[in-house]
Amino acid sequence: MTDSNVLGRFGPYGGRYVPETLMPAMTALEAAYAAACADPDFWAELDHLQRSYTGRPTALTFAARLTKHCGGAKIYFKREDLAHTGAHKINNALGQGLLAQRMGKRRIIAETGAGQHGVATATVCALLGLECVVYMGVDDMARQRPNVFRMRLLGAEVRGVDSGSRTLKDAINEAMRDWVTNPESYYLLGSALGPHPYPTMVRDFQCIIGREAREQIVAAEGRLPDVVVACVGGGSNAIGIFHPFLDDAEVVLRGVEAGGRGELLGDHAARFRAASPGVLQGTYSYVLQDEAGQIALTHSVSAGLDYASVGPEHAWLHDTKRASYTCADDEEALDAFETCARMEGIIPALESAHAIAEALKLAPTMHRDQIILVNMSGRGDKDIFTVAEALGVVI
Amino acid sequence: MNRIATTFARLRAEGRVALMPYLTVGFPERESALELVPAMEAAGASMFELGVPFSDPLADGATIQRSAQRALANGITLADCITTTARLRERGVQAPLLLMGYYNPLLRYGLERACSELAAAGGDGWIIPDVPPEEAAELQVAAQAHGLDLIMFVAPTTPEARIAQIAARASGFIYVVSLTGVTGARQSMAANLDAVIARVRRASDLPLVVGFGISRPEHVAEVARIADGAIVGSALIAHLEQQSAEYAPAAAATFVRTLLSVV
Repeated sequence: MTDSNVLGRFGPYGGRYVPETLMPAMTALEAAYAAACADPDFWAELDHLQRSYTGRPTALTFAARLTKHCGGAKIYFKREDLAHTGAHKINNALGQGLLAQRMGKRRIIAETGAGQHGVATATVCALLGLECVVYMGVDDMARQRPNVFRMRLLGAEVRGVDSGSRTLKDAINEAMRDWVTNPESYYLLGSALGPHPYPTMVRDFQCIIGREAREQIVAAEGRLPDVVVACVGGGSNAIGIFHPFLDDAEVVLRGVEAGGRGELLGDHAARFRAASPGVLQGTYSYVLQDEAGQIALTHSVSAGLDYASVGPEHAWLHDTKRASYTCADDEEALDAFETCARMEGIIPALESAHAIAEALKLAPTMHRDQIILVNMSGRGDKDIFTVAEALGVVI
Repeated sequence: MNRIATTFARLRAEGRVALMPYLTVGFPERESALELVPAMEAAGASMFELGVPFSDPLADGATIQRSAQRALANGITLADCITTTARLRERGVQAPLLLMGYYNPLLRYGLERACSELAAAGGDGWIIPDVPPEEAAELQVAAQAHGLDLIMFVAPTTPEARIAQIAARASGFIYVVSLTGVTGARQSMAANLDAVIARVRRASDLPLVVGFGISRPEHVAEVARIADGAIVGSALIAHLEQQSAEYAPAAAATFVRTLLSVV
């Protein structure tokens, strides 16, 4: 249903809206990825590193106390927080890093919002001996400063971006400007968005989450989950866990966007509640924008969900109703963050806390023999300053 | 022949290069273009690229980003840019006027509506850097239906076979990006510009207009030797940033005369 065609379209969404200077780099990337896909050695090497370096497969954890607390469906966590570097982002960074190496690239450009993709990219560049430049909005650098220091420890150069909303969108603009200037560099885009082939390629590298989770839940429960829940910023962790369940019509797929601090444009990143289709940063998808087509500012307590557009495959899953999308606001995410820490001994990333918030709403409305699978996309150590501030605690 | 073709035919007969200033509509003030464009036309500019401000101009460097932010703060929309085009015609501007902007404001406005209104306003075409030929079909159909040219780009990275494909779809002129990078003034022109121009000449009879990095009279002279037009954007914007609004038209005219001084 959602297999992309040669133009990288998911229904009407996707495509490749980039300046001419980058078009040859895009077609070269597409060809190199197609060649890698057809090469068993490429996947064998990736598989080896995923096991020996990332620590895959990641665990599936039954959240016993949360389940009891909610008094309804069983809640399971797919533990991407246990992957090396603390989030699912390593899955994509490793795959694209190997591809860049295969293409003979020496310099890697990346953008980062929460810093998780930046850390994953810096890590892979250290592992493979590649130069690494990461663009990050200065507002995000302030709220995710542990990750800024981690990237620098790993040998990456972190460049602050002071334009626009000083968050993920602006970091992507600056990364693309670097790439236009240095088309021989490799742009290691961190989410399932941007111009073709990124949405397809990033999804393919993230599908390992859903493939493992599917096997693990069947082993644990003898059946598929009733609902799969994941947070959606650009949407890479969500598409990674959703995709292997797409053909299982009985499995409900639920994406959770950032409701932020209110319903006014600029106060949230709930694209499917308030956005209309448009083109941002190379792809046609739902975009938060004003009447004149200017891209709206966004807000979320979670830097990783704070983005005005969403991956084009999610736009198509939304329109075809194969997946449904809701949102959790800042307060609900912070509540879920604390609840999860205290009841499960897991400090989730604020991004993942949005998915947990939805599970906490859904579980009590469901039967005790039903199952909710939540993608715990990352760990929350990076968020302690933001959460402390929200709780009025000085650390 | 439309206004762009007529202008190039006349310039070619006169042995002159087309100087094409880029000006963000609404910069520095809401209505500045109404004074700046006529002043630059009188000083010798042959055609104009009027910038439609966008919040996320990913092909633009810091100078044009700043001018777009200023124009957005002045409340400028695509509708205002089309109105500005009409008002420039009312003021007697004869030069071709092209709107340069990013795709999303056009999509939001409606491609058919934007093309029909721009043509009615006396505009001549679109320059949209985030719409490569592969994504251009819908806009090109709407543009052609209203006699507008959708300008195609060739970059230093564009391979020969692809240049031929681009040339086959191009109309008006071909925008030759002089360097790999974003817009912005540079010290010198790219060393391989001659080779890029030669490749495009083999594939197309259309006029070739060079943009990106042009900031000095000697750059314009260098372009005049090998191509048909030169676009100057960031250097003009940076120059205008130094002027008070009242002297800006005179300063823009002097800037244009200086750029053309060694041609």
